[in-house]
Parts: sequence; structure tokens; C-alpha cells
Amino acid sequence: MAKDVTKAPGESMVADHANPVSPRETAERSAGRARVRASSGNFLKAVSAVLWKDVQAEVRSRELFSAMLVFSLLIILIFNFALELDIKTRQSVTSGVLWATFAFAGTLGLNRSMAIEKDRGCIDGLLLAPVDRSAIFFGKVLSNLVFMLIVEAVVLPVYSVLYNINLFQPGLLMVILLGSIGYVAVGTLLAAMAVQTRMRDILLPILLFPVAIPVLLAAVKASSGILAGVPYEEIQFPINLLIAYDLIFVAVAFMTFENIVEE
Amino acid sequence: MPARPTLLKILDGLAILMLAVATYFALVKAPTELVMGQVQRVFYFHIGTAWTALLGFLFASVLSVIYLITKNLKWDLYQVAAIEVSLVFFLITIMLGSIWAYPAWNTWWTWDPRLTTAAITELVYIAYFMLRQGIDDPDRRARFGAVYALLGGISAPITFFAIRLYRTIHPVVIAGTNPKAEGGFSMTPSMLTAMFVALIAFTVIFIDLYWNRIRLGNLQDKVEQLKLKVMV
Repeated sequence: MAKDVTKAPGESMVADHANPVSPRETAERSAGRARVRASSGNFLKAVSAVLWKDVQAEVRSRELFSAMLVFSLLIILIFNFALELDIKTRQSVTSGVLWATFAFAGTLGLNRSMAIEKDRGCIDGLLLAPVDRSAIFFGKVLSNLVFMLIVEAVVLPVYSVLYNINLFQPGLLMVILLGSIGYVAVGTLLAAMAVQTRMRDILLPILLFPVAIPVLLAAVKASSGILAGVPYEEIQFPINLLIAYDLIFVAVAFMTFENIVEE
Repeated sequence: MPARPTLLKILDGLAILMLAVATYFALVKAPTELVMGQVQRVFYFHIGTAWTALLGFLFASVLSVIYLITKNLKWDLYQVAAIEVSLVFFLITIMLGSIWAYPAWNTWWTWDPRLTTAAITELVYIAYFMLRQGIDDPDRRARFGAVYALLGGISAPITFFAIRLYRTIHPVVIAGTNPKAEGGFSMTPSMLTAMFVALIAFTVIFIDLYWNRIRLGNLQDKVEQLKLKVMV
């Protein structure tokens, strides 16, 4: 454990930043925050700034991407032996294998993306910025989504080649996008929680999986329907469910994020 | 230590009495079901605990919203107490269901929507307690707990709908017809009475345990404060 994240009650995040802030400055900052909140152009700017920061850090280090990617490939390899993926089994379990892979690789990325913020004290700097907290949340969600989609973009062709199955169908790609949005939105919120606890490395999957079950179920059902080539009416329900889940959980996570980072 | 309030003492007695009455109704008063026989009698307690546990979880979600708005730690205690009692009640529901399912369905467990949702709900609230255990600061613990309980409370019904994608064999005894259900039955009036007695009994027991748990929480807080005083 790199750093004890727990603090005495009342001690603020600002205090351990080795840079005490006077009440006047705080007032100015909150006034600034109110100003920024007023204009949506600045909100988008703040979101893209957080996203850009994460992408740039990742381009320079390539830690997260390589870890997630190698991990996903290993999971596919394990499934290969665990399930004896011959042609007949493959048809019925492909969507399950894919989503299990995405879910596991996703937790890895989510955990890491929040842990680096916490370890290096970046999150304190982010929270001090005179922008709406939800802009930080959406920035983090977007960057996590980008990493997850990139990993998925590599896993899909690899899986297609290894198991000789065409996964590049527009419907499937849409389902993967919808599923990833819901998963990442809840995951970002819960990862922000998990890193602030004592058992942070192991807590995220325990918190995330039971809450994310609906999105995984619906995504698996919709994906396997698309791969089996059933008519759209039959997979309409899981797809609607995915959209509903995305809307509900993005909204809830957006509303509660303030409570997670506030000190 | 302040004495138990008189009303709580009465409620304690009433809870024990109601448990005895409900047991009598379920085991003696209600007729034996024709097809399933004696094992059907677990149904009364199964319904009683399920009903109160689900209401308890729902109640806890409402409390978490109230806590997030007011930020008063009192609501956090009410919420933990509700989830703790509901978690135990729901575990009893699942175990009773399993006992019934073995003779009725010839298996202890099946991946039916209700059973799966029940298992996942149970896991959500176990995760809730693991989350709380990892946080020392009471305010942060309360905030995180409230947010997670809210997420869990919202996802449980969605999970239920999501698993509807797969087939179900769970009987819907009250106002429901499922042609594929196995082990369903229609209730005679005396069975209905036994069921309602069990419902009332477990509601009383729930309230009694809930109240005791809140009292325990308040005493815990007092002990913490006394400890701090001694240390200073």
C-alpha cells in the first residue's frame, strides 16, 4: 500500500497538499466555480481538459493500455482452455467470453486510472481547479471509456482471427459501445470510492460486479442475438435495457459524484 | 447505560409472542398442501421474511437519499440498521426457499430470475458492509455507504428485469399466473390466514430488531465519545 488514504475527520484534502489555502482564496475559488458553472462552453472545456490529460499521460507511459491489453488476451487464452472453444461451443459462448474479458480488463483500467490520481495527489489538484466537480467526473468517464474502447478495438480483431468468426458487425459494435458506457460510468464512480478505502485494490470488482450485472446480462444477450443473426425485434428488449441502464446510471453517478470526492 | 424504553420492552415481548403464533399457524393450523406435503409449510416464513427484507432494502434506499441531502449521521445509522436486519432476513428467505426447492424442483438452486436477483441483492449488500469496513472516517463512511446503497437499490429491480430475459420457473402465488411455474398452488382461506399472520409477525420482529439495532448504534457512539474523553 503506497499511502494511507484515510484521514482524521475535519482534516481537508487541501491540508495534505502541502499548500494551505486561505479562506479568501477558497472564497475566490468557489466564486470562480460558480462562474464556470454558468457557461456550458467552459464545462466542455474542463471535461476535455481532464480527458486530454489522461490520454496524454497514457500516450507517454502506455502503462494502462499495455496492461489491459495483455490481460485481455490472457483471459481469452484461459477461456480457450477452460471452455474447449471448438466450433460448436464457440457459437454459443463467444458473447459471454467477450463480455467477461471486457469486464475484467475494465476493472483493471478503472482501478488504475483512479489509483494514479490518488497516489500522486493529482486528485487534490483536480478538485482545487475552479470547475464543476461533474466536469471532472465526465472527464474521467470519457478517458476510461476511451481506454476501454481501444482495448476492445484490439481484442475484437484478435478474437476474430483466433477463432475465425466475424465480429465486425455494426449492431455488435453498437452494443459494445452501449455496454461500455454503462459499465464505465458506474465503474468510475465506484473506483473513486474504492481508492479511498483501506482495501482498495480488491474492493472495486466486489463493489462493481453486483451493480453492473444488468448491463452485462443485457449486453451478453444482445451480442449473442446479433451474432446468431436473429431479427432486430428479438434483441430490442436487451438493447432498450442497455440504453435505460446507461441513462439511469450516468445520471445517478453524475448526481452522487460530488459526495464521493468532497472532503 | 440508559434502560430500555418501556415501549421497546413491550415490543420485544410482542415479537417473541408473534413468532410463536406464526409458527403455530404455519405448522399446525394451516392444512397440509396436497401435492408437496409438509415442506410447503416453509412458504409462510419464506414470504414473511422476503416481504420485510425487500421493504427494508427499499426503506434503506430512501434513507440514503435523505442522508445525502441532510448529511445528518442519524440517518446513516437508520440506514445501516435497516440494511443489516434486511440482509439477515433475506438470507433466511433464500435458505427457506432452498429447503422448499429441493423436494419441489428437485434441486437446491436454479438460475431463475427471482433466485438470481435475490443472490445478487444479497451480494450487493455484503459488498456494502465490506465498503463500510474499509473506511475509518465516519462522515466519509456514511457518504460512501449512502451512495452505494442507492446504486444497489436502483440496480436490484433492473437486474430483475434483465434476468426476465431468461426463463422462470418460480411460482407466483399471489396474483400471478405463469404456465411454466412449477410448485405453484392455490391457497385455501386458512392458508391465507397463516400467511398474513406470518407477514404481520415478521413485520413486528423486523421493527423490534430494527429498533434494538438503532439503540445499539447510539450506545456505540456514546462509548466512542467516552473513550475519546478518557484519552484526552
